[in-house]
This record gives sequence, C-alpha cells and structure tokens, in this order.
Amino acid sequence: MELFLQQVFNGVMLGSTYAIVALGLTMVFGILHVPNFAHGQMYMLGAYVCFFLVTIFGFAYWPALAVSAIVLALAGVVLEFLVFKPVRNAGGITPFISALGALIILENAVVVLWGPEDHRIPNPYPGIIDALGITMSTQRLLVIGVAMGLIVLLQIFIKRTTLGSTIEAVAQNKEGATLVGINVNKVSSLTFAISTGLAAVAACLVAPIFMISPSMGSLVGMKAFVIVILGGLGSIPGAIVGGLILGLIEAIGGGYFSAAYKDVFGFGALVLILAIRPTGLFGKEIKGR
Amino acid sequence: MMKWLKTNWFYLVVLIIALVVPLLITNRYYAQVITMSCLFAIGALSLNLILGYTGQMSLAHGAFFAIGAYGVAILTYTMGWNFWLALPVSALLSAFIGFLVGMPALRTRGSYFAITTMCLGEIIYLIAGNWMELTGGHNGIVGIPVPSPISIPGLGKLAFDSQIPQYYLVLFFLLLTLFVMHRLVKSLRGMTFLATAINEDLAEAVGINTFRTKLLSFVVANFFAGLAGGIYASLIGSISPSVASIAMTFNFLMYVLLGGITTLAGPIVGAFIIPILLEYLQFLQDYQMILFGFLLIVVIIYFPTGFMGLYTKVRDMMKKLKVVAQRAA
Repeated sequence: MELFLQQVFNGVMLGSTYAIVALGLTMVFGILHVPNFAHGQMYMLGAYVCFFLVTIFGFAYWPALAVSAIVLALAGVVLEFLVFKPVRNAGGITPFISALGALIILENAVVVLWGPEDHRIPNPYPGIIDALGITMSTQRLLVIGVAMGLIVLLQIFIKRTTLGSTIEAVAQNKEGATLVGINVNKVSSLTFAISTGLAAVAACLVAPIFMISPSMGSLVGMKAFVIVILGGLGSIPGAIVGGLILGLIEAIGGGYFSAAYKDVFGFGALVLILAIRPTGLFGKEIKGR
Repeated sequence: MMKWLKTNWFYLVVLIIALVVPLLITNRYYAQVITMSCLFAIGALSLNLILGYTGQMSLAHGAFFAIGAYGVAILTYTMGWNFWLALPVSALLSAFIGFLVGMPALRTRGSYFAITTMCLGEIIYLIAGNWMELTGGHNGIVGIPVPSPISIPGLGKLAFDSQIPQYYLVLFFLLLTLFVMHRLVKSLRGMTFLATAINEDLAEAVGINTFRTKLLSFVVANFFAGLAGGIYASLIGSISPSVASIAMTFNFLMYVLLGGITTLAGPIVGAFIIPILLEYLQFLQDYQMILFGFLLIVVIIYFPTGFMGLYTKVRDMMKKLKVVAQRAA
C-alpha cells in the first residue's frame, strides 16, 4: 500500500509537469493547428536558461524561474515568426518538417554551445516531509502546487479576460475572429508565448529534481504530443487529465513492472487508445489534419 | 530502340557510371561513403513511398530499418543462419511488423499518424536498448558476419569480404528497389497511392479503399526499410540501438526532402548529395546538424519539392528560353 501511494505521489508530480507542458502544446497544436515538434526543445531551453541564471548570474530560484519563462515566451514568438508563420497556409506535412528543422537546430545548438553533458540546478528546497508512510520532498510538493496554480490562472486568463478569449475566438473560427477585428497574427504570437513560457516553467520546476541535458526535451516533447492526443486536440481539461494519466501510468508501470520500460507503457497506451478511438479519448472527428 | 535511347540516355549514362565507379575510386574511405549512400538510398526510396506517394508521415522508418538490421544480426550472428536466408526473413519480419502496427496506426490521419508512428519508433528503440538477451542492450551486437559467398555456375565463388563486391551487392539491391518502386508508382495502384496522398476523402468517394491502400504502401515501404537495415548490419558488422533512434528517421527524411519528395530520383540524389556534402563540411563538425536544420526549414518554405523540383524548374526555364530564342531568330 505504501509503495502504491508513493508511486501515486510520484505519478502526480510527473503528471502535473507533463500537464503544463501539454497545455502549452495543446494550445498551439489544437488551437492554431501548428504541430510544434520543437516544443520539447523549448522546454529544454527553459531549463538551461534557469540553470545559467542560477549558477552564473547568481539569481535566486524563483526570479530565475520567472526570467526563464519570459525569455522562453519571447523565444516562442520568434520561433513562430521564423518557422511556422511562413508555412501557415501550407497543408500536409510541411509544418511538420519545418518544426523538425527547428528541433534539430535547437538541440544541436545547445550541444555545441554548452556541451552534451548533464547539469544540475541546486535544489532550493532540499527538505523532506513524511506523511502517510510516503516520502515527499518539498521540491516535489512545490511542483504539484505551482502546476495546479498555473492551470487555474491560465483557465481564468482564457475564460475571463478579453485578451484570453481572443485565443478561443481564433480557435473556433479564424475568419470570424478576423471579421470582428481580432489580429490573428498577434493572437498566434501570444499563444506561442504562453505555450513556450509554460514549458519553461515546467522545466525549471523539475530541473532541481532531475538532471538537465540537451536531450531532456525530446522525450518530454513526445510525451506532450501523446497527452495532447489522448486528451483531444485543443482541449485544456483533456491536457490536464491526460498529463496526470500518463504520469500515473509511468510511475505505476515503472514501480511495479520495470523502470527501463516505463516509457513503453505510456507510448503503448497511446497506440492502444488510438487503435480503438482514432481521434483520441475526448477528440472530435477531424478531417485531413 | 533509338527512340528509347533518345529519351533515356541520361539514365543509361548514370547506370554506366554507377557500374564503373568502384573501378575509378581507389580511396577506401570514399568507396565506403558511396556504398553507404546506395544503402541509405534504398531506405530513402522506401520512405518516399509512404511519405511522398501516399502522404503518410511515418516517423517509425528508422525503427523498421533497425528491425531488419537486428533481424539479420540475430539470425546470422546469434543463430548462425546463412545471410541469404536471414536477409529476406528479416525484411519480411519488418514488413509483417509494419502490417501489425499499420492496422491500428493507419486508422489515424495526419498528425495523429505521425505521432503514433513516432511513439512506435520510440517503443522499438527502447526495446532494442533494454532487451539484453536478444539485442545485447545498449552495447548492441558486434561481430556480425559479412554476407556469405554465393557460387555462380561457371564463374566460381563470389565472396563479399571486400569493398568492391559489397558495393555491387548494395547497388544490386538499390536497382531492385528502384525497379519495384518504379513499377509500383507508375501503375494503377500507384495512382491510388497518389490519390490518397492528395485528398483522402475524395479518394474514398471515388471508390478507393484508402485504408488498404495506405496499409499496402506502409508494408512495402517497411519491407524495403528492413532490407536496407539487414544489409547495413551485415556490411558494418556491428549495430547498436542508435540505428532505431529517431535520428535515423530524420536522416531518411532529410534525404527524401532535400532530394525531392514524390520523385523517384529525389531520394537517391538526396542520399548521395547529403553524405558527400557532409564530407566537405567536415570542418564544420558540430555545426553540421544545425546547418541541416536550417536547410530543412529553408527548403520546405522556399523549395518544397527539393533538389529535383529545382532541377525541373531550371530545365523548364531553359526550354522556355530556347523557344524564345528560336522565335527571336
């Protein structure tokens, strides 16, 4: 029972970071229909920015996290402008290839600039709390707390503010949104900024727990895609639920069966679900996308 | 005959060059680069079938290449089979796994298919790295024998332990692949592939069973990916899980896209130009991949048809200029 609870705790921790990364991705992929394959690499970049701010510039953990989120939000805008905007109206595999190019550039640029080795951000909260027979490090609890807070804030932003609702308007009907005077270009940039900013926050949150390395993003990016599809394209609740489910599958599968194959369970679950429901758990029928 | 020569002289010249090239290149290293280009051209051609002609972005192509490679490695090295039996069995295995995987995966469309195959590729990569007993884990398999000699009546034995016969072996399979692809895409069946690529709903409406079309294309593509992988394992002599990694798929993608998607020559051109370019760009070392990332973006934005598209554009322009010049004269 204690092992089970411990795994559930770890699963929720993992799952809530996945949820934030997937939230960002579901916004650009589901809402703007941009398959941002480089999302995981933006996540990785976020962790590196945080790492340098803490180790070289002597920032405290929280300011570093905030600055990293802002830097990556700007990077997201640039990415959208350079890589996705030129192929916005091209269908088929074109945006995919463009995104793959961005992925290759980012990952290799980090290797060239800062080396392929692992780094670690000093843990700001090394404390440990024991409750119900499970060990919870403060940092892990913090991850869950911040993730939940962010999700709530994002929901309020999209549903309750005018700026936020423009994103939803564009998602529902691009032409309609243009007609009522919404600048689709600005909304695209805004969505990308939020998306990559969220990824950076997630990366900064887990960076003190796991190592950071140039390849840390690719697996997370892939998982984010899995979650987005599990949860249905563009669905924010879907991304949250999907993230938590994937985190739990991995933690429980890894804890009870085999740690080496923990990722196989997650990816296997996606393949199985898509085999039964080709449009994902909560997905609607999509055409040619 | 003369007419045939007139339209196809170019291909004949290329074929003759391909046949005499090992006699001209004495540098062992360059000979190896060319052999590998031929090998990767087989993989690129097969990716082009599913990606270009059928419009389905399979990101598991490297994984199927790896299935063929591991198949030959395990069958010849661990189980002592003859290469010439192990190779078709491995390619068929790759095709069969493609069939099993394609059944659920091809029900999805577009991005969903790309992500499903990416996950499948990742699963195969993880299995290759972790199933110690079968695949040797992260160390892989070392000491895979070269293809066993074949005896040709009247000529004696043909051994594959040196570079020149290895080159001809790969060239033979490349020509075989090209022949099959050519027959396939120029046939009525090939038209159904293209129809599915261009508009799946419309293809369905005119009576094409798009699911079976996609499945056929996927299975054939994976057969040849496995074939290329099998030859690769035997010629290189050692494999590790990295052959199953997504980087391998990216390589094939790059060859197809930069060479020219949905053309038969494009993937081959890509598989030759890129490795040769890499040789010249040795000094760039770590920056190579970054440069290719840029190239990929620039090509997809400005020249979505790749090198071959550029070539036809230039050729058409020349023709127009000729006409204009004739009129002026």
